[in-house]
Amino acid sequence: MGIYITILEQGLIYGILALGVYITYKILDFPDLTVDGSFPLGAALTATMITNGVNPYLTIPASFLIGVAAGVCTGLIHVKFKVRDLLSGIIMMTALWTVNLRLAGTANVPIFGEDSIFENAFINGIFSGELGTWKVLIIVLVITIISKILLDLYLKTKSGFLLRAAGDNDVLVTSLAKDQGNVKILGLAIANGLVSLAGCIFCQEQKVFEISSGTGSIVIGLASVIIGTSLFRNLTFMKATTAVLIGSVIYKACVAAALRFFQPQDMKLITAVLFLIILIIGMERRKKVKKNA
Amino acid sequence: MLEFKGIDKYYNPGTVNEMCLFENFNLKVDDGEFVSVVGSNGSGKTSMLNILCGSIPADAGQILMNGEDITNKKEYKRNRTIGRVYQNPAMGTCPSMTILENMSLADNKGRFYGLGPGINRTRKEHYRDLLSQLGLGLEDKMDVKVGSLSGGQRQAIALLMSTMTPIDFLILDEHTAALDPKTAELIMELTDKIVKEKKLTTIMVTHNLRYAVEYGNRLLMMHQGNIVMDLKGEEKEKLQVDDILDKFNEISIECGN
Repeated sequence: MGIYITILEQGLIYGILALGVYITYKILDFPDLTVDGSFPLGAALTATMITNGVNPYLTIPASFLIGVAAGVCTGLIHVKFKVRDLLSGIIMMTALWTVNLRLAGTANVPIFGEDSIFENAFINGIFSGELGTWKVLIIVLVITIISKILLDLYLKTKSGFLLRAAGDNDVLVTSLAKDQGNVKILGLAIANGLVSLAGCIFCQEQKVFEISSGTGSIVIGLASVIIGTSLFRNLTFMKATTAVLIGSVIYKACVAAALRFFQPQDMKLITAVLFLIILIIGMERRKKVKKNA
Repeated sequence: MLEFKGIDKYYNPGTVNEMCLFENFNLKVDDGEFVSVVGSNGSGKTSMLNILCGSIPADAGQILMNGEDITNKKEYKRNRTIGRVYQNPAMGTCPSMTILENMSLADNKGRFYGLGPGINRTRKEHYRDLLSQLGLGLEDKMDVKVGSLSGGQRQAIALLMSTMTPIDFLILDEHTAALDPKTAELIMELTDKIVKEKKLTTIMVTHNLRYAVEYGNRLLMMHQGNIVMDLKGEEKEKLQVDDILDKFNEISIECGN
């Protein structure tokens, strides 16, 4: 039972990250590697705030905002200095490693025993006894669903329409007398805000900040997005954001299943092979490879 | 009023492939003129439009729009008063969005794209009226993604979208070239109707000599970056397709084609 709850918890936390990756990869068609740095960025900020005794609920908006700042930086590098999309992400990912270390102080900050969004007097009062097992899952579910609904609502606004147009046909954005560069920056900002928020929740769930926790998160995000969108491609009534969240849970389940037969040190290889299989099955590679070759 | 003043444009400058397209190119288009532009490939028709809209920079000279120097104005800012329809029907619409979403998006041009609802329900009837005048049955497909429509249907929507909001200039870049003859005819008639209704100053590049003769009130023929024929008023009205065809052959022979 415990393993299923953990899969759901982690799947949903990484689901928030996948929502961010969905914006950059699917909507904007921008392979954004900033994610590997902005995920631990949210975690670093959260650990620092919590060890300093700040109200843990404030870590949520704060993490989102710091992620937005990281996304804006990537966007500015790409749009204003005309650096290629992939390279802009790599530059920011590398820079953020140091930022994260500086922010957290050390490579590893435990927050056991501190108040967090999962551990405080109010929450523990509600989830006493039997309900305790479900506590983390329920809180994560609420945060993830709120994030998803807000993103869905945003994508239906005028600004959201413009964002969707920017990824689809940037000539049209220019025709509408809007600077497509600014629209891209906005999309990267929201995406990295979500990724950083996922880092914030992940840090509190794990009760520790770990500098290397972001390594490979772009792969997890991409895998989730591709699983979700290709698996539910034919279900038109299902929103892409819902599909992405389910994709994230499925991905975590696949990794957990694989780990039953392998050692934890095989993790990265499993991730890589799994991602390759997903790309092959999802038939995503053709379009992208052609375009970026 | 649009004006090209002493425009120079070189391609591949500083290399052995350097090619001079425009040298001291001048053109003045008055308000309310509907200019058809014809010319062989590489004569500079599309480059002229691109320089005008800011898609490519000119190497020298000035572009004036209503007397204002817009030479250094960014492309997206110029588009505030310009509507443009491209040869490729995919350029004017968003394939992953529905017809209704596309039209709502275009309807907001010139205003702020904020957090208000993307679709303004009260405008839906207006969009339906616009679509029904096409006679393509699109008014009943408003929730269909534009990506699943044919090229002609998309181009019709692109034309509506580019002229929905108040603009002064309409730039048509071989906008019927990718369509079958019947659809092309329909789009051309629609173009003419919109231009007359909204009194748009229009520049239309076309390879169809008949359209160039039939529509518009001024005709330009371009050749190697120069205007070799410029007819307006009565001269334009009396013009027959054969007249420009003769001129066309003359240029081609000079070139040795």
